[in-house]
Formats: sequence, structure tokens, C-alpha cells
Amino acid sequence: MPYALRRLAQAIVLVFLLSLAFFALVNLAPGGPLAGQGHSRQMRPEQAERLRRQFGLDRPLPTQYLIWLVGNDWMQVDTDGDGRLDAPGARLGILRGDFGFSFRTRTPVLDEISSRLPNTLLLMGVTMLVALLLAIPVGILSAVRQYSLFDITATTLSFAGQALPEFWLGMLLIILFYVTLKNPLTGGPLLPAGGMYDQETFSLTDRLAHLILPVATGALGWVAWYSRFLRASMLEVIHQDYMRTARAKGLPEVLVIYKHALRNALIPLVTMFALDLPTIFGGAIFVEMLFSWPGMGRLYYQAASQRDYPVLLAILIISAGFMILSSLLADLVYAALDPRIRYD
Amino acid sequence: MQLSIPEFDTISSLAAQNNIWRRFRRHPGAVFGALLLTLLIAAILLAPLSPYNPEASSPAEAYQAPSLAHPMGTDALGRDQLTRLLYGGRVSMTVGLMVVIITVCIGVTVGALAGYFGGALDNILMRITDAALTLPTYLVLILLASILRELSTSFFKENNLLTIALVIGLLSWMTSARLTRALFLTLRDQTYVQAARSLGASNRRIILTHILPNSLGPLIVEATLELGYAIIEESGLSFLGFGIQPPTPSWGNLLSNAQAHFTDHPWLAIFPGLLIFITIISVNYIGDGLRDAYDPHKVLEQVGEVF
Repeated sequence: MPYALRRLAQAIVLVFLLSLAFFALVNLAPGGPLAGQGHSRQMRPEQAERLRRQFGLDRPLPTQYLIWLVGNDWMQVDTDGDGRLDAPGARLGILRGDFGFSFRTRTPVLDEISSRLPNTLLLMGVTMLVALLLAIPVGILSAVRQYSLFDITATTLSFAGQALPEFWLGMLLIILFYVTLKNPLTGGPLLPAGGMYDQETFSLTDRLAHLILPVATGALGWVAWYSRFLRASMLEVIHQDYMRTARAKGLPEVLVIYKHALRNALIPLVTMFALDLPTIFGGAIFVEMLFSWPGMGRLYYQAASQRDYPVLLAILIISAGFMILSSLLADLVYAALDPRIRYD
Repeated sequence: MQLSIPEFDTISSLAAQNNIWRRFRRHPGAVFGALLLTLLIAAILLAPLSPYNPEASSPAEAYQAPSLAHPMGTDALGRDQLTRLLYGGRVSMTVGLMVVIITVCIGVTVGALAGYFGGALDNILMRITDAALTLPTYLVLILLASILRELSTSFFKENNLLTIALVIGLLSWMTSARLTRALFLTLRDQTYVQAARSLGASNRRIILTHILPNSLGPLIVEATLELGYAIIEESGLSFLGFGIQPPTPSWGNLLSNAQAHFTDHPWLAIFPGLLIFITIISVNYIGDGLRDAYDPHKVLEQVGEVF
């Protein structure tokens, strides 16, 4: 079997096994999925029993897993919970794109996700873009001028940046730019520190202002990580023989660095970036919590705190699916970019 | 019969250790990190010397800004924050060390079996490792911690630290496993291993007394860096409320408690985070220094001198 196909088959098996593991974990939790339902009011046992039948939780776990996977429109279910199977089921299962209903809001899980995902994509997209725009020049310059003042400063800062917990950095930025520094015109805080906008009508400056602190908080760790990574891979490439050849044949230094060195040094960075991309789906949980950003990270946090299992399961399995897919793609792209790598 | 010359072994390994220590001392970051971490650990161990009780509240002294009496201010209940942070440090460090032990135990076992025996066992163990590496770490951490938090079994309630350490450890053994496997792959065909085998040494003996001791260097580096990750992950989980549960203080949940009032009382957020930051950066510098110390080629390349 060709390499790509074999990897694809492995990936599918892995997603399947993970779905099994996640489902088991969530359902083996004490009290089961309904444990969170009695938070606001005490439920009578017969009420709980009715709910269990309505949600299909009285069936054995393997059957429940099957229903979660492929739906229950092929079988009779107990819609009113009176103990009699009275109508065909309406669920299509996750394989047909039906992730069920949120226990918390009683809306379809996919609606919940699709209302949060754009906010997270905006936040993480800008964060990643800013991170790369800063990290790539810093990484190149650090490597080209190894041991210069710039390199030493950049290396020290990125070392510190990697040790800086995101949640603390966010709080420090809020203290500095929201509490301490004031806007000289209005006397209010210099930068907003919560939500996505203040003005009801769309205003670009308002939106951008709300992005600054969350993006700065989220991007610093990535900048530190990517710039260190690129510096290391540039340094490795710079000492290769073909660099000497390029110089020997009289190429200007700029071309040597940007055409010969950078192209090769970027390959590992591209792979690394591809592997990091799927984490976008899960959102930046700390940033979203600190800055009240209505994204996926906060949705997951709410689902975990309130035992909203359909939402938890959906985010987990979709995230894991993306992660596996991207590591598959990264391998294949790597093989395509670097002709020395041949799998079979 | 064991064919070895003990004197020679001891001398050469002493010399090697001496070299490592010498190279470690020459790494300014590592020395700085080691000093800082030693100071921090000493302070944490001496926490009971503080004149304040970490639990007893004194409402009259609530929300005091840092002063001579309270160098890091007081919290909502008037408790001295420095004292609370020192006790919290004990918890965070303990969890960190537990995670390192768990991680190294799982990682070395998996890696050693895979690297030494190879074949189908290697294949299965490495597929499991790959699979674990593709998990969305924080999401699964939160899932596991939130499920364990709900368990009514008193074991998890009374052993909150161990539970959190297990959860984090279960999700971070993969790098150690891969590293150990790589080390075992290169070492298992060395002549001294072949010699031991031809003398009839059992696999167990070869793994434990011949290969493992020679893999220690890189494993120590890995364990050091792991301590940093573990402390960040514990404080992250506690920050979200899924980690160490109050009233037990940890750096993460102290920072989490600060969330509601830190805009009015910034010291409540600044100091817990500062301690986490100092710990992580020290640990990372130590790990960096150890890596250079154990890898003479890299030092040679960096310092440009010949030993």
C-alpha cells in the first residue's frame, strides 16, 4: 500500500479508538451524564428515570456509543420516557454530522460551536499571524548575527517568554494597559480588557482595540517558541556545505541567506506550524477566560464545569480529528518539500 | 562471573562527572537558575518560620498593599500573601516532582522496552506514544481533572495532589519514552552490551545495569525540563479551577482567586505569577545548562574551544 494511504488508514483507526476512549471516559464519570442536571433543582427519582429514558441513557453503553456514532433513526425510542418505545429516533449520529443537543442550552451542539468558532478563528488567526510576522525576522536575524547584541537580547527574551504563563501575562497586561495607563483624551482605560466590542454598530477601531491585549497575551509564547525554533534551524543550515558553495560561486550574501538558507530552514518551521494549527480549534482557553472572549475555549470550559457532555465530546473529538489530520498532512507536506525524504 | 575493573570504572566516571560539573558551572544561565531555585526551595522549606498563619483570617487586615510587615500584601481575608505563597509553593513543587517521577517511570519503561526489544512490541508501543502525542493536551487535562473532581471516592478527595499529578503525568510521558527509546536503540548494539550478553547477562540485567546508567544524562535533562512543564500545567489547571482545590493553596489557585479583585489589588496577581515565572525560568536554565554540559559537541561549537 502506498505510504499516504497507509497513513490515512492508521489515522482513521486512531480517530475511531479515541472516540471510543473519550466516550467511555465521559460516560463512566460518576452519576453519568445526568449528574449535572440536578444542580439548580432537586430531581425526584422518577423524574430522573424519565429523563434517562428520554435521553436513551438506560440503554447499555455500547448501544449508546453506537447511537452517538451512527444515530438512532433506524430504531424505536422512548420519546416521552414512559418506558414504552413509541417512535423512531431522530438522531443522525456524529458520522452524519449530528452531534446531538447541548444539555446546558438545549440547542444543537453544532449551532453552539458555529456561534463560537468564528470568534476563536478571528482571535487565533490574528494571534498566529502576528506571532509569525514577529518570529520569522527575529529568528533569521538572530541566526545570521549569532552572538551579536541583538541575538543575545532576542534569545534571552524568548527564553523568558517561554517561561511566562499565558494567564499571568494577561493579568499583567490588564493591570498595565487597563488599570494603570489612561487614555489622555477620554480619561478612561487606555485599552479595553474584555469582550470583542463596546459599540453596537460595527467599528473597525473598536474591534481592533479589543484585539490588542488578547492577541499580545496569546502571541508572546508563540513568538518565543517560533523564533527560537527558526534560529536553531537557520544555524543548522548556515553551516551546510551548499552555503559555502553558494558563496564560492559569487552569490551576494542577501541571496545566499534568503534563497538558499531560509528556504531550507523554513521547512521544519512549516511542519511545526502545521502541527500547531489544529490547536486553534480548541481556542486559547486562558486568553478567552481572562478577556471574556466568547470563543471555543470558553465554551469548552463551560461544558466541562457544567458537565455538558455532548458539547465536551464534540469539541474533543473534532479537535483530536484535526490534530491527527494535520500531523498526517505535515508528514506528507514534509515529504513533498524535502526530496531527500522518501517513505515507502 | 562479572568481568569488570571497579577502580577503573569509578575513576573514569568520576572524571566524567567532574567534567560535566565543570561545564555546567561555566554556563552563566545555569548557575543563575540553580542559585535562584535553591533560594526558592530554601524559602519554601522555611515557610513555617513565618510569623503568620497561612489559614487564619484577620478581616481587619484585608487587602493591604505590600509593606514591611507584609512584603507581598494581604488577601481578601487579611492573610499574609508571602506566607500563603510559600505554602502554595510546597504544593506546586510537590505536584511538579510527582509528575516528573510518574513521567520518567512510564516514559523510561515504555521507551526501554520499545528500544531494547524492538520488533512488534516497539511498533505497538510507539503507535500508542504517537497517538498520545496527538491528543489536545489542555482539553484532555481538563476533561480528566473535571471527571476526577466529581468522583465521590474519598481517595481522590484526600489525595488531590496525587490525582492532579497523575492526570498531568498521564499526558506527558511521551517525550521521555521517545528519548529513552532512541538512547536504547543506539546503546543496545554497543560492544560493552554485547560483551555483557555473551557473558550470559539477562535482558533485565543488561537494561538496568548496563544501558540505563549510560542513558542517565539526557534523561536528567529531560526530567528537569519536565518539571517546568508540570508546574505550568498544574498552575494552569488550578487557575481554571480544575486543579488543586482550595483551601489547599497552590500558585495556580492563588492566582485564580486573585482574578476577581486583581484590578483593584494588583499585588494579588503579580506575586503568585512572579513565583511561577521565576521557578520555570530557573528550571529551564538549569535544563539548558545540563544539556550543554552533557553534550560536549554543542559546547565545543558554541565556545569554540578544544578540550
